Amino acid sequence: MALGLAATAGMGIAQAQETIKVGVLHSLSGTMAISETTLKDAMLMLIEDQNAKGGLLGKKLEPVVVDPASDWPLFAEKARELISKEGVAVTFGCWTSVSRKSVLPVFEELNGMLFYPVQYEGEESSRNVFYTGAAPNQQAIPAVDYLLGEEGGEAKRIVLLGTDYVYPRTTNKILRSYLNAKGISDADIMENYTPFGHSDWQTIVAQVKEFASQGKKTAVVSTINGDANVPFYKELANQGIKAEDIPVVAFSVGEEELAGLDTGPLVGHLAAWNYFMSVDTPENADFIEKWHAFIKDEKRVTNDPMEAHYIGFKMWVQAVEQAGTTDVDAVRQAMYGQTVKNLTGGTAVMNTNHHLSKPVLIGEILEDGQFEIVSATDDVVVGDAWSDFIPESAKLTADWTYPWVCGNCEKPRF
Amino acid sequence: MSLLQRLYAPQPQAQGKGRLASVILLTVLAAIAILVPLLNLTMPPGSALHVPTYLVSLLGKYLCFAMLALSIDLIWGFCGILSLGHGAFFALGGYAMGMHLMRQIGERGVYGHPILPDFMVFLNWKELPWYWYGFDIFPFAVVMALFVPGLLAFVFGWLAFRSRVSGVYLSIITQAMTYALMLAFFRNDMGFGGNNGLTDFKDLLGFDLQADTTRAALLAATCIALGGCYLMCRAIVASKLGRLIAAIRDDEPRVRFLGYRVENFKLFVFVLSAMIAGLAGALYVPQVGIINPGEFTPANSIEAVIWVAIGGRGTLYGAIAGGVLVNYAKTVLTGLIPEIWLFALGGMFIAVTLFFPKGLVGSIPAAVDWMKTKAGGGGGASSAPLAKEAGE
Amino acid sequence: MPARRRIDRGFSGFLMVLFIAMALLAPIAVQAAEKLESLVTELGTAKLSKKQEVVDRMIATGAPEVIGILEALVGRDLYTRKSDKKVVIGRKAEGRQLLLIDPVTGAEIGLAGSRDVKRVKTNNKLRSSVKATMGSLTLMSPDPQRRLEAAQGLLKSDDLGMLPLLETALSKEEDPAVKDALVLAQASIRLQSDKAEDRLGAVGVLAGRTDPDSRVMLSRLLLKDGETWREPDADVRAAAEDALADMERRLQFWRTVEHLYQGISLGSVLLLAAMGLAITFGVMGVINMAHGEMVMLGAYTTFVIQEGFRAAAPELFGWSLAVALPAAFLVSALVGVAMERGCIRFLYGRPLETLLATWGISLILQQAVRSVFGPTNREVGSPEWMQGAMESVAGITLTYNRLYIILFSLCVLGAVLLVLKKSAFGLQMRAVTQNREMARAMGIPTGRVDAMTFGLGSGIAGIAGVALSQIDNVSPNLGQAYIVDSFMVVVFGGVGNLWGAFAGAMSLGVVNKLLEPWAGAVLGKILVLVAIILFIQKRPRGLFALRGRAVES
Repeated sequence: MALGLAATAGMGIAQAQETIKVGVLHSLSGTMAISETTLKDAMLMLIEDQNAKGGLLGKKLEPVVVDPASDWPLFAEKARELISKEGVAVTFGCWTSVSRKSVLPVFEELNGMLFYPVQYEGEESSRNVFYTGAAPNQQAIPAVDYLLGEEGGEAKRIVLLGTDYVYPRTTNKILRSYLNAKGISDADIMENYTPFGHSDWQTIVAQVKEFASQGKKTAVVSTINGDANVPFYKELANQGIKAEDIPVVAFSVGEEELAGLDTGPLVGHLAAWNYFMSVDTPENADFIEKWHAFIKDEKRVTNDPMEAHYIGFKMWVQAVEQAGTTDVDAVRQAMYGQTVKNLTGGTAVMNTNHHLSKPVLIGEILEDGQFEIVSATDDVVVGDAWSDFIPESAKLTADWTYPWVCGNCEKPRF
Repeated sequence: MSLLQRLYAPQPQAQGKGRLASVILLTVLAAIAILVPLLNLTMPPGSALHVPTYLVSLLGKYLCFAMLALSIDLIWGFCGILSLGHGAFFALGGYAMGMHLMRQIGERGVYGHPILPDFMVFLNWKELPWYWYGFDIFPFAVVMALFVPGLLAFVFGWLAFRSRVSGVYLSIITQAMTYALMLAFFRNDMGFGGNNGLTDFKDLLGFDLQADTTRAALLAATCIALGGCYLMCRAIVASKLGRLIAAIRDDEPRVRFLGYRVENFKLFVFVLSAMIAGLAGALYVPQVGIINPGEFTPANSIEAVIWVAIGGRGTLYGAIAGGVLVNYAKTVLTGLIPEIWLFALGGMFIAVTLFFPKGLVGSIPAAVDWMKTKAGGGGGASSAPLAKEAGE
Repeated sequence: MPARRRIDRGFSGFLMVLFIAMALLAPIAVQAAEKLESLVTELGTAKLSKKQEVVDRMIATGAPEVIGILEALVGRDLYTRKSDKKVVIGRKAEGRQLLLIDPVTGAEIGLAGSRDVKRVKTNNKLRSSVKATMGSLTLMSPDPQRRLEAAQGLLKSDDLGMLPLLETALSKEEDPAVKDALVLAQASIRLQSDKAEDRLGAVGVLAGRTDPDSRVMLSRLLLKDGETWREPDADVRAAAEDALADMERRLQFWRTVEHLYQGISLGSVLLLAAMGLAITFGVMGVINMAHGEMVMLGAYTTFVIQEGFRAAAPELFGWSLAVALPAAFLVSALVGVAMERGCIRFLYGRPLETLLATWGISLILQQAVRSVFGPTNREVGSPEWMQGAMESVAGITLTYNRLYIILFSLCVLGAVLLVLKKSAFGLQMRAVTQNREMARAMGIPTGRVDAMTFGLGSGIAGIAGVALSQIDNVSPNLGQAYIVDSFMVVVFGGVGNLWGAFAGAMSLGVVNKLLEPWAGAVLGKILVLVAIILFIQKRPRGLFALRGRAVES
């Protein structure tokens, strides 16, 4: 068996000479398949598209798809397999923070390159990872600003609902300190955590109603993850919480999640993202059309992490072309300052902290499961690896160019 | 099979075959422990004989799973207790080691805090919770990796066996146990890193965990631990104690009537098995680089039971082979047919249960017998096709 | 809200009443129509923050078309045509097309694709304030639903000019729900009055109530802006405080009722999920790890049936669940029978090994569903009658879908008990499970009974899937979420006893929900699990232990 494995490993490297391999590391089974499979399809579409344009550096791109099955240690194993056995030039993958944390040491040890497309809690900047999703300051802070502002209804009480894991915990910690700075005291903040896949929301929704009936305008900030959203929104609708009374702004609910819901009663609730399918630009129309043609289903939606992969992939292609090689170190240098036109208009820029500058949009849920943009930042927002609202984190800087060359330093290394 | 037949039927681990299998197993383990690190470290990467690091860590992981399977086989195959919560013991052992590795990071964490792990720093913990004390000392962590699962098994088993909870009831409440632990470890307030668990380890005993030599050493250590545990289990099941345990499996009331304190024997095996699982977990964590509450999911424990069944229950070596085999299949299938590999895996589980009730490896002796009698010309009564036996 | 605005709106309210009266008497002047035309165009181009102003001016024209336009605005049916920037009302037409209607003349002006128009932007704040101003216009509508909405909209209004109109409406109103909403709206507006006695009167009206809106209004009186009370008058504050304290006392009781209701409803969900397992596992002794997947198949059958309804007869959608029930039962039962005949029957007498085979089957079923329907959630709709909630007197919420699920689970339990206790098949089934050899000797076809029993258990899981599709995700992971809980219920209640499953499910549900408010969702669940583990030590065979032969095996 050992010999068999070794032999296939050898073959893998031999093949890498003729094509450029692109790793796709998304769960196709298990709990996360529900979100990640779409990203795998999106990657296959982007690669196919690039090949139709003649490939890259005169070679064809070859996707290498593996299934880490929502099993975090398996993510690490598959990452190692992709880099050492398959010899991929770059990997696009992961959704949950824990899967990213699991593969991180592997990418750093083997000097691989990972593009991570999902909004996350920040507090990280690895030399080997490019974060194309939103950092908290590109999603959470603008959304809360909106709720507190005149347009959003000038909320005075905030409910922070989340699934009990690191992204909501960190985001809510940042938000609490931000809200305090805005004059909202801890008494006017309710924080509640539920387990993954929580399906019985009766008590919590009733508590929210109760909390909101104290006379001050109340809004809910939801970092509820994945599967738990559908029963949450169903309960919300059934208990008659209307967006006009208690708006809910979510950071993990996009077009894909709403596709499994009757959105009629949810109209007006909000979400904050860097991309919405409903944005009317020629680039987006083109992207959606390609997606429908690729997936052969007119009903499938596009969402924010897909755009993140789109931007990440385009940037990588440009960087490879610029560097003239797929060598990770050379491509990394070429990545900085790389620009790609967003699907929503404007231009995304890769910063030296490995995070993107992107616009932030806030949308209201419509009856057809799409979002109507009600607020957008005037300009792009620079992704912040280290939050200014966590004291230990505020002093750290991520900058992978000279003289810093560091993901978490208080002073330049050189 | 009537009770009488069962009592007098030869034990699955008939002495001669057991010994042969043991010799083969230990030889293979020794070969892995010596050859793989040697070929990994000394051969140049281009050479045909080179074993890539990728394979070294993969083998290490398989062998840890094999050890978990071994612990389940000891309790299930020989004592008849089907635990659907052994993953919990494995994970607890893993957490003990993970805590040690976290403490080893020291000031190299992203926030540079000398004592607190990163996840505590950004969740605003001010001081180390008391249950984290001592884990900076390696021997303490190792002892804890054995002690904590052992203690849990002791408390749980003492309650359950004393009140004669058995059969499927026991299986289901072991499942409840691991499920409750999973929910508990998911909570960030527990102080074990919540969903993300413990990651980003740097070194163990001063050796860089990402160095090839460390990996090779860990693999060798795993081989030695597995071999040692195997020999210990073998010795137990071959002893008088082992026969008593098997008797409990086959007819518990009768053993009780003979005057034995059945629950004490069961408890002993249960605790021992949990400690082996804990050790497996402790070896697993530095090799895969992460421990998180996902390890507590009931599905993981069930899968581990399936490894045992696939390899061959009640043989020990079969369980080890099953653990390696199923995980190897998973590695290959998730890469080869990522979209439909569950069909293959599920189909394999069904087929083995139906056609090889003694498991793949466990069926080898019977198959050898059958071929021998075939060659000898006489049809032995004891070697009826296996699938038939599955009927009513 | 700034005082000037209040005066403005008070004025506009007055104007409006005036204009309604005028509009009833005289035909609209051409001039007004032209003005409306330009205002509508302005509505399309104005910034979000300026739109309310435009709306106020539109209402001031007094044109009856305004109601339609504002309803379209609030309902997001108002669009700007890209070609000529004309603001139009769009109604859904064939395909993805919109039928455009001129907002002022009401004439149909052709079809447009969704890309040819752009929706006039609104947000929660605007819609809520437009609804409040619109309330005055639809308060006299013949449709009680619209009157109710108008009254509820007025709850957000602070327009004292509305009071006389409300008074008239209240005197004519006969519908009790609308009447109630009007009283509330009246109190709400009177709280904005400058006179302390008005406000005190309003507090008096609110004092006897327990609904959340009243609570909000009363609590608002007790808020401080910095150091100054929002309510200047100390008497009003004292009255509000008393009223709130009194409300709180009454709510205490109702909250317990609400928790019990939630617990029973969670219990029913558990019961539905576990009942099939109580048969396949409890009665037959098969550790059916694919049980959750049977539930999932039921949910997906519901999805397929609903898709059929949506395509063929959308007007009959309300009946989709009625069709889905037997269909889901059949699908899951057939799969169950196939499972039993193809695999499980070879494993009787080896209960622990059924676990392995059924685990394999569950993996295959999950992947099969994933391959056929895709990995993402599928939308299963709720018929009208299952949406919303019954707001009881005390302001606690009893949601309809949960209520129906409680009733439904009891019906299913009753039906299954009937089948087991009264039918010939039930008799045979019990005979086989109690003593297989004897049953066979009596001429009962044990093989067929086994298959039918397994089919029954699976079929029940299938109909549980129909119910669960109403409250949870319909995804390939649906079954996994319920499998552990189902086993807990069956083991806790006592294997082989449906009443045990019932008692187990209900007590677990209620205990869980009573714990949740103070322990939190996660800790509550952990405590329940630990309690089960400890309970099993006390009663190793569950709440309702079977006695007799079946226990021995």
